[in-house]
Amino acid sequence: MSTLEPVPSSERVPTMQRILDNTFLLLFLGVTIPTVLYILWGVMELVSIPLAK
Amino acid sequence: MTAETVIGAVGKQAEFRTCQYTGLKVDVAAQTLIKANAVAAVVFLLIGGLLGLSVALTRWPAVHLLPAEWFYLALTGHGANVLLFWIIFFEIAVLYFASAVLLNCRIAAPKFAWLGFILMIVGALLTNYAVLQGDSSVMFTSYPPMQAAPNFYLGLILFAVGALIGCVIFFATLVIAKEERTYEGSVPLVTFGAITAAIIAVFTIASGAVILIPTWLWSLGLISNIDPLMYKLVWWAMGHSTQQINVSAHVSIWYLTAALLLGAKPLSEKVSRTAFFMYILFLQLASAHHLLAEPGLDSSWKIVNTSYMMYLAVLGSMVHGLTVPGAIEAAQRKNGYTKGVFEWLRKAPWGNPAFSGMFLSLVMFGFIGGISGVVLGTEQLNVLMHNTLYVPGHFHGTVVTGTTLAFMGGTYLVLPLIFQREIIWPKLAKLQPYLFGIGAAGISLFMMGAGTLGVPRRHWDITFSDAPIAFAHSAGAFLMMGLNGISAILAALGGAIYVIVVVGTVLFGKKIVGGHKLTFPLHSGGGAAVSHYGSEGAVKLPGTIILITIFFVSFVLYYFINWKYLSELWLFH
Ligand code: HEM
Ligand SMILES: [Cu+2]
Repeated sequence: MSTLEPVPSSERVPTMQRILDNTFLLLFLGVTIPTVLYILWGVMELVSIPLAK
Repeated sequence: MTAETVIGAVGKQAEFRTCQYTGLKVDVAAQTLIKANAVAAVVFLLIGGLLGLSVALTRWPAVHLLPAEWFYLALTGHGANVLLFWIIFFEIAVLYFASAVLLNCRIAAPKFAWLGFILMIVGALLTNYAVLQGDSSVMFTSYPPMQAAPNFYLGLILFAVGALIGCVIFFATLVIAKEERTYEGSVPLVTFGAITAAIIAVFTIASGAVILIPTWLWSLGLISNIDPLMYKLVWWAMGHSTQQINVSAHVSIWYLTAALLLGAKPLSEKVSRTAFFMYILFLQLASAHHLLAEPGLDSSWKIVNTSYMMYLAVLGSMVHGLTVPGAIEAAQRKNGYTKGVFEWLRKAPWGNPAFSGMFLSLVMFGFIGGISGVVLGTEQLNVLMHNTLYVPGHFHGTVVTGTTLAFMGGTYLVLPLIFQREIIWPKLAKLQPYLFGIGAAGISLFMMGAGTLGVPRRHWDITFSDAPIAFAHSAGAFLMMGLNGISAILAALGGAIYVIVVVGTVLFGKKIVGGHKLTFPLHSGGGAAVSHYGSEGAVKLPGTIILITIFFVSFVLYYFINWKYLSELWLFH
């Protein structure tokens, strides 16, 4: 354990690290982005294909 | 509100033991769950591996083992058992390990976790039962209008619900660990990798539910029609994303193994975590590369999803491909192997199957699975190889030489640390990753070779013996299929040794007691390195730089060779 110094709690945690520490924010992003860009956009493409008459 | 009230289970005093090799506090309930999931994984690998061998022997024209109907049955069973059941059971074990064990925390709601496990077992058995009945040979992708027996889909749905419960337990355990302050600051990198895997798993399972439940109802006759293109779109949100769970999980195992065996810390927590973050944001979009040949979707959707965004995720993989060997080199130099450029690599514990499994996985995932994946995922190049054996060749490079080999290597850590049994037949265990690795590399490369020569995937008879119009593949293609068959035998042998060593160790391995010296020892600082946040910092890594340069040169050359092939098709002379 000697090589690992614990971060003093008074030190400010960088913003990016705080974002990455927020598991549920990550979960939100990881589900929303593919749902919008891949699924919703893809479904819109498919439903706009004209039906054969 | 505590995590228990959220998921409706009663909090209970957990029972812990302290690991003598890592100093980690291990919740006994989590340990039992890890064991159960790992054992289930190995059983399904055995079933799926045998089916894989029978498929490869059928595709070897000189052997042509199975009749056509059995071939498609075996192919369906192979895909489901190895890609879903083996890998996902193992991943649930990884999730429980990375949350409860690495964070010194009790596992949330163990009873609920057992419910998930049972659902997964019942689901896997039900799907296998449907496949063996013979009316569900729809192959792994199960594209409508091909229809399987209702139990085929129902089994997959139950399995997915069980796996989702595993993810919920994982997230709840993270919440408990934070509430009860079982760790300081940020979670360790391996846990962060597991979080990445679990997040992708949630999207994967949700997409699976959205498409498999209607398909199941359709097989029951309750829905009249499933649109094939809509099915493909949503199905691949699951089918591709599962592979990204695998990548996140096996990259975590690379870091885990490097930490435990060599005391390696990540070079930079910031860089490695950003790479995982790229996975969370972009990796799942690459699902679109399975639909590059579909006329119903326009190019901007294809290009945004497979190029711009996906390259950011590929960048993530390249970062890991640099930082994992980099962390190993840094640690080995600290361990005293400072001579020359490569002493750190030469003197690495090559005789330890946990290390060799991990390192072979790292190298082959990059060189075989990674490079071919980028080529296949490029819209223009995709048409060269679409639906040929090149595709299974590529993904055996990712899920077999990458994920499966990493998980096999990880098993040699799980056996002494979680099962607390000494590995029986260490000599055989030492050989195993090499044998399996060579065989798996062989099937990947030879299938890719055959695909380049035009041999289709999922095809029972490439001699076209009963076709009204004769067609002959080149002699080279036949040679590739023969070499593929031989490699399949090697891989199956390596897989069999793995199963024998694991089952033998679990049943008959010497119980590990206090003060026992492990046959395959850990680094004395391994436990601390794996369970804490902290970077190695900037160090000189000449060996890693050389390895990475070799990788990039191969990558660029191979990529442009394929553009040259393409230009030849277009006859721009
Ligand atoms: C002994 C080891 C293995 C051998 C010999 C083997 C061989 C094969 C062969 C010959 C095919 C058929 C290709 C075709 O005709 O289209 C195949 C398909 C496949 N394999 Fe393997 N494989 C092995 C292990 C694995 C593992 C460990 C995984 C996953 C982790 C895997 C995943 C798959 C998948 C998903 C398919 C596609 C099934 C489909 O097209 O529906 N294989 N394998
Ligand atoms: Cu994919």
